Amino acid sequence: MKNVWIVATNTFREAVRDRVLYNLVFFALLMMGAAIVVGQISIGIEQTVIVSLGLAAISLIGLFIAVFIGVGLVSKEMDKRTLYALLAKPVKRWEFLLGKYAGLVMTLTVNTGAMAVGLYAALWAVKHPLVPADAYVFVAVYLILLKLALIVALAMLFSCFTTPFLAILFTAGMYVAGVFAYDLRTIQAINLNPATVRMVRAISYLLPNFQNFNVTGAVAHARGVPGTLVVHVTLYTLVYSAVVLTGASAVFSRRNLK
Amino acid sequence: MLHRLSKNRGMPAAAIETENLSKEYPYGFLNLKKRMSLENLNLRVESGEVFGFLGPNGAGKSTTIKLLMRLIFPTSGRARILGKSIEDVSTHQVVGYLPEQPYFYDYLTAAELLDYFARFHRLTASDRRERIERMLKKVGLETAKRIQLRKYSKGMLQRVGMAQAILHQPEVVVLDEPMSGLDPLGRREVRDIILELKREGRTVLFSTHILSDAEMLCDRVGVIVGGKLRGVGTPGEMVGMRTQGMEILFEVEGAAKKFALMDRATRTGERYRVEVSEGELYGALNELNSVGARVLSVAQIKPTLEDFFMHLVEADRAQASAVEVSGK
Repeated sequence: MKNVWIVATNTFREAVRDRVLYNLVFFALLMMGAAIVVGQISIGIEQTVIVSLGLAAISLIGLFIAVFIGVGLVSKEMDKRTLYALLAKPVKRWEFLLGKYAGLVMTLTVNTGAMAVGLYAALWAVKHPLVPADAYVFVAVYLILLKLALIVALAMLFSCFTTPFLAILFTAGMYVAGVFAYDLRTIQAINLNPATVRMVRAISYLLPNFQNFNVTGAVAHARGVPGTLVVHVTLYTLVYSAVVLTGASAVFSRRNLK
Repeated sequence: MLHRLSKNRGMPAAAIETENLSKEYPYGFLNLKKRMSLENLNLRVESGEVFGFLGPNGAGKSTTIKLLMRLIFPTSGRARILGKSIEDVSTHQVVGYLPEQPYFYDYLTAAELLDYFARFHRLTASDRRERIERMLKKVGLETAKRIQLRKYSKGMLQRVGMAQAILHQPEVVVLDEPMSGLDPLGRREVRDIILELKREGRTVLFSTHILSDAEMLCDRVGVIVGGKLRGVGTPGEMVGMRTQGMEILFEVEGAAKKFALMDRATRTGERYRVEVSEGELYGALNELNSVGARVLSVAQIKPTLEDFFMHLVEADRAQASAVEVSGK
């Protein structure tokens, strides 16, 4: 696992030097602007507006990073041929892949963590003092981070066997389909034959169920998040990511570099 | 020098050994057609020798090297480095590799890049620091070590590539076009490094287009054309396969009368140059003596490695066009 750590820390360094974390400036400005505006125009719903806006921004910015940088993690190395010298070192291909994954998840953790701090600061500005129930905002941020980790795994899988453009499309498609996974499972269309409904349901179980990761509504209204949900989503992310990364590794391990 | 036993022959293992190594690439619609890039390569590079891999563009040199470095996978055949299958990643602890036209992480400095790669070889931090300093000095980059690689020229990247290939003191060094992109000074430095590696008992396999470098550095060379190995031997053996006759330089006093040999000679200033076969030599010298010409030198015309190389390439092209014409 030492090699995984070496690749991961270098991937994190790459993200920092490529100014990926500059998005935090945008987020900080958004939160400051929101805090000022919300403080003036909303009465009694500051928490709802700030938390909804903040979590949506954290999720959206994270999604962009996870999809675009996630796809580029492997494809950029192949296109620029930086991978050649690296793979001639005593490094297994799966170690490289896992290291790149861990490096981007590390970057997303720092990025998401910094944005969470900004969100708490904005929340404090509009309704100080903070109360214990505000800790659920942290839970929502944690679930967003898990969602991003899963998306990075998907992006890497697709980038291992197709072009970057198609990999972005496939990853985005999987995300959108995953958001509606629960709806597909409970589909009750009367004009579809039973075989089609069964097939749609079967496919929906293969898709990542991103609905479970979204607790923004509850948290924005200061309601709690069940501990069992957090545990289940954590385990789900671990297992699903492991399966996806195993698939990516199997493809990448036999891939000829041009 | 370590002696490992080859698995199937019971003799000391070669540094690099390939058996019927082949690679074909699919192409066309749905990748249904196949193009043979390397065909049944049987090659043995002995420990401690400098081996030059020669061939024109697209001959299969880089394909072979990429197969050895497991960047691509063979369609059939096997390869071993120091007696171990190339599938065994641990072999790469003792192998150094310089890719063709190398490109590295441009957000890193040269020192950071070398440190990154050295960490995979389990070197301690102090050992890494000491080796990186030494290596950057060796490749002439000590003053540029804190500059990000995005600001490096092609030649400087080539030097960094050379440094990362030998930083961990590998037993086997594989260099893909190491002279590419270098100015004459850089080429000389790379030549010196290769000779130093040889003195240290390391094995070097390098591909090149620059035949004079191969003649100067290699214990043996292999010529590959059209994916097939066409010959392996010392540069002397390779060029000794064909003789090209004798060269006579002579001067003729004043406006001498014409003689037979003069018609075949080329004049440069006051001097004449003529090429004759070994059988004709004594007759030609007698003729020159009889007309009072002054013989300046008699020398054997030695074919260069380039002559041999071009001969093989032209033969391969002729064969390819014959196949094309016959419609096979």
